[in-house]
Amino acid sequence: MHGTRILEEADRLMTVCNSCRYCEGLCAVFPAMEMRRAFSDGDLNYLANLCHACGACYTDCQFSPPHEFNVNVPKTLAIARAESYAAYSWPRAFAGAFARNGLVISLIAALSVAAFIFGFAAVHDPSVLYGIHTGPGAFYKLMPHNAMALLFGLAFLYAILALVMGVRAFWRDIGEPVGMTTDGKALLQAIRDAGELRYLDGGGVGCFNEDDQPTDRRKLYHHFTFYGFALCFAATCVGTLYHYLLAREAPYAWWDLPVVLGTLGGIGLVIGPLGLLSEKRKRDRVLVDEQRMGMDTAFIVMLFLTSVTGLALLLWRETGAMGPLLALHLGVVFALFITMPYGKFVHGIYRFVALVRYARERRMMEHS
Amino acid sequence: MVDLTRRFDVLVIGGGNAALCAAISARRAGASVLVLEGAPKFYRGGNTRHTRNMRCAHDAATEILTGPYTEEEFWNDLLLVTGGQTDEELARFMIHESKDILNWIVEQGVRWQPSLGGTLSLGRTNSFFLGGGRAMLNALYRTAEELGVDILYNAEVIDLKIEDGMFLSAALKQPVNGKTEVRASTLVAASGGFEANIEWLKESWGEAADNFLIRGTPYNRGAILKLLLAKGVQEIGDPTQCHAVAIDARAPKFDGGIITRHDSVVFGIVVNKHAERFYDEGEDIWPKRYAIWGRLVAAQPDQIAYIIFDSTVVTSFMPTLFPPIAGQTIAELAGQLELDPAALEKTITEFNAAVQPGTFDHTILDDCRTEGITPQKTHWARKIETPPYLAYPVRPGITFTYLGTRVNKQARMLMKDGKPSANMFAAGEIMAGNVLGKGYAAGIGMTIGSVFGRVAGREAAKNARN
Repeated sequence: MHGTRILEEADRLMTVCNSCRYCEGLCAVFPAMEMRRAFSDGDLNYLANLCHACGACYTDCQFSPPHEFNVNVPKTLAIARAESYAAYSWPRAFAGAFARNGLVISLIAALSVAAFIFGFAAVHDPSVLYGIHTGPGAFYKLMPHNAMALLFGLAFLYAILALVMGVRAFWRDIGEPVGMTTDGKALLQAIRDAGELRYLDGGGVGCFNEDDQPTDRRKLYHHFTFYGFALCFAATCVGTLYHYLLAREAPYAWWDLPVVLGTLGGIGLVIGPLGLLSEKRKRDRVLVDEQRMGMDTAFIVMLFLTSVTGLALLLWRETGAMGPLLALHLGVVFALFITMPYGKFVHGIYRFVALVRYARERRMMEHS
Repeated sequence: MVDLTRRFDVLVIGGGNAALCAAISARRAGASVLVLEGAPKFYRGGNTRHTRNMRCAHDAATEILTGPYTEEEFWNDLLLVTGGQTDEELARFMIHESKDILNWIVEQGVRWQPSLGGTLSLGRTNSFFLGGGRAMLNALYRTAEELGVDILYNAEVIDLKIEDGMFLSAALKQPVNGKTEVRASTLVAASGGFEANIEWLKESWGEAADNFLIRGTPYNRGAILKLLLAKGVQEIGDPTQCHAVAIDARAPKFDGGIITRHDSVVFGIVVNKHAERFYDEGEDIWPKRYAIWGRLVAAQPDQIAYIIFDSTVVTSFMPTLFPPIAGQTIAELAGQLELDPAALEKTITEFNAAVQPGTFDHTILDDCRTEGITPQKTHWARKIETPPYLAYPVRPGITFTYLGTRVNKQARMLMKDGKPSANMFAAGEIMAGNVLGKGYAAGIGMTIGSVFGRVAGREAAKNARN
């Protein structure tokens, strides 16, 4: 007996799949399944988070609906995955955020943006808020650097703490063998697998989205999104180092490293999320956890808003619109940070941990 | 929309591996091609849906094959499983052509992978389809569509107009559009056997056929085969024979596929509904033993049997779809199976008493055997004594039938008078009996389908041009 109905269904499917095994060359899920004969809740959550939702096993399955065995692995694991996010959330009181995630994220984003706008307006005279500020320290006329660093530093630290606690819960649930954290080779392998989205390609032809024609578009858009995000994050880090180590204050010239990184990342974070949204809209409903569409959409939209507001700020930073745009951008980024542990962002974290475990399991099997 | 008023160069009836290989090869040779698949789209492809590999000769190891498998070795294997019931010229032709199929099929979009977990014994001889048979089919359909092959589903052919061995047209019946006459210069029949036609099976098996389970879709009804044989095509293969394995009695009537099979016979004993053993469970190693148990169970009363083993061997074979039925005592297990408890206890007590000491090794014909009971268990005999006691109920699972149409090396059908048909070709299961008179070797059905499908398509296209 399993804790939830979806895990019951996942167990049923893995029993079907384990007696077939035709899909073992498609991704990591099925080889991991074959290492087991029975499945605990933790095993199923591990497999659910290992699944990249490429859809190939559905299209390739002779037992998918309308067959009476009704094998739909991508959808079942998608639901199990989403339920696991809620189960691992910290503090547990916030697990409910996953139930109506689209609404929760929208509200928090709106409140956060409003808070920054009203905060700026309350503190500053309109002539400052709508004034033209240029040169080093221009942004800090609206919000002192230390206040900005403190607020965002705290939000970021909180997000890290909540994510770490979530990973810890996942870790315990999947009964991760001691030693995984020190297995450097497994870690490297997982970084490679995650970095190239090795398992989002239907075993080589591409993933299945709107029909039975494989395509690489989702992978491509995900790369734009992930590497765009990474570049933006790098831009922030470089900016912070500039500030504290070199005492160079933002805004920086367009050719300066933080701006170049941020602009490239921002462009990736526009193309990627737009592409992912469009693919998601087209996606065959039979593969989708429809209840969680809001969660996926909310995260993608938040990333898109982060990049769009950031780029807008870059374009109009020397005009009177800079103040409101800064409030808007900071509001969105703040909301993104504090909702990270309570939205689709966590998929990357848990999937990465699952990939580390898979790499380790593979190595242990090869050595035994 | 497919224009059915036009005259096609090649009409392919069927929708599996052989049909698609024929359609693709005919199209690549420049012919216009129409494929009529009787099943709905999801169930397209007949038995190909459930396959996973193909046996092809190769002279050296490849990325996915662990070693060479020469034409001669392939031929010897075929000779062994068929007991010589094969057309040597056709078989050797097929084996030779199979070498090139390894590459040709990849050019049609099919992808290979090394042998699946639990099938190591096939790693040298058989190439596995990445994602299984339905993935293979999907790739062939994609390629056919890209090449401009017309394909209709739910397209049942109810009659064929054939005069003096010459195909003229087919009567097509569709759920929506009703009846249409489809004209084509040549015909490729690749519509499989009649394993899902219980009434036809009954002609040979009697009422027992009601208890058979069919491993493939309900659409393999042999309608085209019947029409062709009625209209002068020469038949081949034993009409009373079908390939049957033991599958779980709880499997659905149709389309349970690979996952309902049981290969745990060697780890225990097999009893019939009277709780009596009836055959040497330790006769031979996989895969040779695999194919005999369907027929053995078919010969038992009510076509049911029970594989009985104990808790010590549960992890010795692949996990099963249906869990074993369990009992803490033999009597309790018998109750679960609705067998006579006293009879089952007697059978197992006698069996246990007859087990001789030995060293168990399920990978070879080991020295664990019984003495003093009939039938003997000649290998892998170990006492059944550690509860819980477990059982799988099994029935005959019909894979395919052997009766088919006679063909020559061009895949051209031969008429009853021995003359080749003017414009009719056959490929796949419908003509498998030419090379496979009886028995089976894993993956050979797909070899027959791809090789003769490719040949039939090519020859039909050539024929249509002339």
